[in-house]
Amino acid sequence: MRLDWEIAKRGWRRYAAYPWATVAGAFTNTIFGFLLAYILLAVYRSRTDVGGFDAADAVTYVWLSQSMIMTVYIFSWWELAWRIRDGSITTDLLRPLNPQRYWLAFDLGRAPYHFLFRGLPPFVLGALVFELRYPSPLDALAFVLSLTLAVVVSFGFRFIYNSVAFWLLDFRGVVTLATTVVVFFSGMAIPLRFMPTALRDLCYALPFGSVIQTPVDIWLGKREGAALLGVLALQLFWAVALLAIGQLVLRRATRKVVVQGG
Amino acid sequence: MIEVEDLRKEFVVRRGRLRRERHVVHAVDGISFHVDRGELLGYLGPNGAGKSTTIKMLTGILVPTAGRISVAGLEPSRKRIELARRIGAMFGQRIQLWWDLPLRDSFDLLRHIYRIPADRHRVNLARFRDVLELDPFLDTPVRQLSLGQRIRGELTAAMLHSPELLFLDEPTIGLDVVAKQRVRDFLVEINREDGVTVMLTTHDLGDIERLCNRLLVIDHGTLIWDGGIPELKERYGGERTLVIDLEEPAPPLEVEGAVVERVDGPRQWLRFRGSASELTARVARAARLVDLQVAEPDIEEIVRRIYASPEKVSDTNGV
Amino acid sequence: MVDAVLVWRRLVGAQIRSQLQYRLSFALDAFGSFWISFIDFLVVLVIFRNVSRLNAWNVHEVAFLYALSSITFAVTDMLIGQLDQFPQKIRDGNFDILLVRPRGTLFQVIAGDFALRRIARVLQGSIVLAYALSTLTIHWTELRVLVLLVSIPSAVVIFSSIWVVGACVAFWTTDGGEFTNAFTYGGTAMAQYPFDIYATWLRRLLGFVIPLAFVCYFPALYVLGKPDPLGLPRFLEFCSPAVAVASAAVAGLVWRFAVRHYRSAGG
Repeated sequence: MRLDWEIAKRGWRRYAAYPWATVAGAFTNTIFGFLLAYILLAVYRSRTDVGGFDAADAVTYVWLSQSMIMTVYIFSWWELAWRIRDGSITTDLLRPLNPQRYWLAFDLGRAPYHFLFRGLPPFVLGALVFELRYPSPLDALAFVLSLTLAVVVSFGFRFIYNSVAFWLLDFRGVVTLATTVVVFFSGMAIPLRFMPTALRDLCYALPFGSVIQTPVDIWLGKREGAALLGVLALQLFWAVALLAIGQLVLRRATRKVVVQGG
Repeated sequence: MIEVEDLRKEFVVRRGRLRRERHVVHAVDGISFHVDRGELLGYLGPNGAGKSTTIKMLTGILVPTAGRISVAGLEPSRKRIELARRIGAMFGQRIQLWWDLPLRDSFDLLRHIYRIPADRHRVNLARFRDVLELDPFLDTPVRQLSLGQRIRGELTAAMLHSPELLFLDEPTIGLDVVAKQRVRDFLVEINREDGVTVMLTTHDLGDIERLCNRLLVIDHGTLIWDGGIPELKERYGGERTLVIDLEEPAPPLEVEGAVVERVDGPRQWLRFRGSASELTARVARAARLVDLQVAEPDIEEIVRRIYASPEKVSDTNGV
Repeated sequence: MVDAVLVWRRLVGAQIRSQLQYRLSFALDAFGSFWISFIDFLVVLVIFRNVSRLNAWNVHEVAFLYALSSITFAVTDMLIGQLDQFPQKIRDGNFDILLVRPRGTLFQVIAGDFALRRIARVLQGSIVLAYALSTLTIHWTELRVLVLLVSIPSAVVIFSSIWVVGACVAFWTTDGGEFTNAFTYGGTAMAQYPFDIYATWLRRLLGFVIPLAFVCYFPALYVLGKPDPLGLPRFLEFCSPAVAVASAAVAGLVWRFAVRHYRSAGG
């Protein structure tokens, strides 16, 4: 536990070392927040409700999701893949610490940094310009829990697609493709509620819905009582399942590295 | 070929992330020198002394804060492009060849960038292929070359447009003995045969000894030596160090003609001038020796000694 | 000038040869970027599943805007998109090598940043353009064809100028590269939709100060024969080439200023 905490601190510091990158990134998220907000508002000129979202819900969705982009780290994450590629992973495997646990702790240290410094500033700006919805205290609590689970789900998925580098020297295309899938099916590009019912239900069921759409739904009070527990349980299921799959993949890869020498 | 007069370069460094304190660094602090056509000149000093800042100003990369420079009759910072056609430059750690392309293609691209007439390019390339023995790897992508092969490629790239003046930053760093020798032979040849003026920075005393007829030493932004190698060695490099391993730890030995510089358990470092064998004999009489070796001062050491010495020699500047 | 074009062609040819050496990587990467750029268009389709018009624009018209923005952005990305890595060049000192060569630095930077794999995005945009043109009923006149054809290189020049100005940030701080993304990636995203849906301040800032409105909104109004919902003067629909020239001039001046700063302060 103590070790995890130390690793997590390194995760925070690693990103805190580049304050200008943080400012620049938050600025970009803000610009995109404005663009998406106006695009969705144009939809609500001819409708009052889309899939259970009114205009205020949709705009809140935009700003929340922009704030969550870096917290859940939806874009391409390469770090593990590069370590595999340049061979440093062999030393990692020799350590008495499971690499997946190391990177998870690192990611859980990184996420709060991005939440505070990449997420909060664009959201506050959005809140000043638009009328947003805010959660009840209970929902707020559930949101924090859900967001944490979203980070783990996202990490679990990133860990798996990075592991492809064990087998494929050219992992760039795979990473790009995996990112594409998350961006669309998580509701990052457009709220899942705007999608055709069948596609929407599929996205909700897949791990991707747990990354963006579910925490936002909770914030907006769209999930209460049993439904709330249900979506949290689904997030927990995917978090555990993806970590387990990652662990299996890692075990396979370790055998390969040991047998073939990398 | 090169005239430098009271050259200065100041950098403003900001410290801290929030309260950014301004802090002026005098990287080059008033240096003057003069280089004739055909000289082969060594330029050295410890890291951060102002070496590369000077080279950057001479090649037109950086604009001086004050002072006057003339290289091949041009003011580098104003006539950067015109000057670039007449000088060659090679920065040891940086790659100017195209990483994924065969060496041959890089040379062809440079021909167009430098607008080298086709026949001159052909003649020059043929010659460098011969002298630097490039043929075995001329069609290999640069990323697959060994360091030595790559440096030979870089040298060719710097010389293809027949520059009058060549700037080299650490040309032999990381090379093995054979490769080093090849680079040195090449530099001597272009200097003697073609009259190319060469100015090189290095940490390698061998480079300096085998190549240069003159040496500039810079430290803390000022020139502290400008003169020949023999005079320099005479003055500062005469002292060597005898490293001895005794049977057991002992207090610093008192031996005639040597001073103990450092003691580490049974090992002692003795600074001395003159004959090593006489000193060894004296040491052997004074203590029980297990092993010994004689260390020549490297150029860093000499530079440190020059800097430490009270008589700074910037008055030897021959402008 | 002719010489510069010839050297540019050689340098780009060299990069294409380098990049084609890694065939599998190239194919996978191109495949990936084809689909990731397709997401933006899926979003357009999802939106129009819920509404038949965004203000006065139907799905085919927005597809047309989208295609123009995508193609021109992708061409720019292919030509100079690796400027994203310019901060790295400054950090490791490789920019200095360009300064000891007898060519302009901007020319060398532009000629050295070709990325062939981006052609996948050009292809994706072209497919959408073909789709949009096949569904729209445009009353083609010679002038409309001309405006469409001229708008593409103009937009490429405008995007390139934004990119170059963004890269200049690196001469001051090398970890602020993402500022540029707001205007390049953000720029193309904005230009994919009709400008009249945005708030006035955003339109002024990103449409005119950074002249993204001239990338496809104004040319598209003319080609489609739509009245301007914003009621702006009609001559603006022909201004893209002039705006492109002006942007290039500004970018050139900013670059010169930035390089001068680097050479007197930096290193």
